Amino acid sequence: MEPILDVHNLAVHYRGAPNPAVGGVSFQLGRERLGIVGESGSGKSTVGRALLKLLDTADVTADRMRFEDIDLLNASEKQMLSVRGKRISMILQDPKFSLNPTQRCGDQISEAYLTHFRSSRAEAKTRALEMLEQVHIRDPERVYNLYPHEVSGGMGQRIMIAMMLLTDPALVIADEPTSALDVTIRLQVLRILDGLVREKGIGLIMISHDLNLVRNFCDKVLIMYAGRVVETLAARDLDNAQHPYSRGLLAAQPRLGGARTPLPVLERQDSWLEPDGAHP
Amino acid sequence: MKSISIKQLSVSFGAVTVLHDVDLEIAAGECFGLVGESGSGKSTVLRCASLLNATWSGKIEIDGKDIRTMSIQERCRTMQMVFQDPYGSLHPRHSIRSALELGLIVNKVDDRETKMAQAMRDVGLPVEFLDRYPHQLSGGQRQRVAIARALVLEPHLLLLDEPTSALDVSVQAEVLNLLVRLREEKGLTYLMVSHDLAVVDHMCGRFAIMQHGRIAEVLPREAILDGSARDPYARELIAASIEYERAI
Repeated sequence: MEPILDVHNLAVHYRGAPNPAVGGVSFQLGRERLGIVGESGSGKSTVGRALLKLLDTADVTADRMRFEDIDLLNASEKQMLSVRGKRISMILQDPKFSLNPTQRCGDQISEAYLTHFRSSRAEAKTRALEMLEQVHIRDPERVYNLYPHEVSGGMGQRIMIAMMLLTDPALVIADEPTSALDVTIRLQVLRILDGLVREKGIGLIMISHDLNLVRNFCDKVLIMYAGRVVETLAARDLDNAQHPYSRGLLAAQPRLGGARTPLPVLERQDSWLEPDGAHP
Repeated sequence: MKSISIKQLSVSFGAVTVLHDVDLEIAAGECFGLVGESGSGKSTVLRCASLLNATWSGKIEIDGKDIRTMSIQERCRTMQMVFQDPYGSLHPRHSIRSALELGLIVNKVDDRETKMAQAMRDVGLPVEFLDRYPHQLSGGQRQRVAIARALVLEPHLLLLDEPTSALDVSVQAEVLNLLVRLREEKGLTYLMVSHDLAVVDHMCGRFAIMQHGRIAEVLPREAILDGSARDPYARELIAASIEYERAI
């Protein structure tokens, strides 16, 4: 399978910071689902943003950063405008902040289409309504005319998904897509996203701090610590992770019906910071 | 050890009623959980109990004593609250010392240095950290400071409003272990709000599930796995949490 995204030795250095925020990140992505997990500050969101060249206060370097036939590293801003939102789109954490509060939801979805395709407003609206239906919104006509404050969190996130998938991208980056949602609707939103991603053969990068989530909704997982990838493994092998950091993260998670002994606490070691992610 | 009893607690903001006759009995030394979706009123219960929100009707008693009849000092020395976001709940321009000391000054407590040092040791932080500022601490350390600030007045009851949901799992484990240990050592009573049923299962003996400002059901911890919940929403929430953890 031809990879749609090929990243080799990606490093991100925020100007003025003493150390790079991300270093030596390499991975390839086909039409599959990749999870990036780690604690806050591990650089997982920075990787997602670097791919879209959204970091104007940082120096991004890599040996290779190709998306389909585009060399992202040397792409001009003009080229990137035709990539962002069209070929690669991004779903952010909280629809309360990522939807424009002064515009009707439907108009924001149509705008995504009008920006990237030559079409009439009427056609864009038809497409937007179809897409709302695909994200399981029961009454698309009504929801189209609502403002973001009139919809619930779960519906807002489905509207975001509709907006991001409307342009038929090859890659979707979802940055903590369900962290702001209640547990009762998290699964529903994830299943909708997952269903569409599989059906349309889109590559997915799921950025999350939640190991349960990537275990269930990804094929492959990168585990990041302090800006480095410490372990790469298939999601189904997550329980057999070898690196002490990955194991520590898994063990620290309280589980339903778990023993009530003190939770194992992660003992951080300096050796994890070494470039090769060395571990015993 | 002190018990807390909440009777017929109702709250309205204008025309909107956000809590409808909430009744809860929490025994002395118990860790009681409150779960529910966002907007269900679980944090509002804590804000009423601490009188951060004072416009409510009903009755809240600690060991049989109406909290409205207590003086501020008595109330603050009986009950303290820990907030969700350690980045927001500590004043960025106050040192840890002043964050801890203010409560002692306001409540006219003597021997402040000893009390502060003891609180820092209780939460596992070096006493030298008293002279640091919040930005010099990690998220987990800040939450320990927030717990120390609550403990420095030696309360019997802690109101915990999502004490770990802003933290990473690895740090959450440290803070949960700390809370378990403190409760055992000091005989504290906890009323803990959480949206994470696994955390409630780990910490609490009993919990209430809230929806739309009402208590849907009060359940023992065992009910999470044995399926004995009766209320439809309680069943849905438990099922969703189990499914989320074990999905596929």
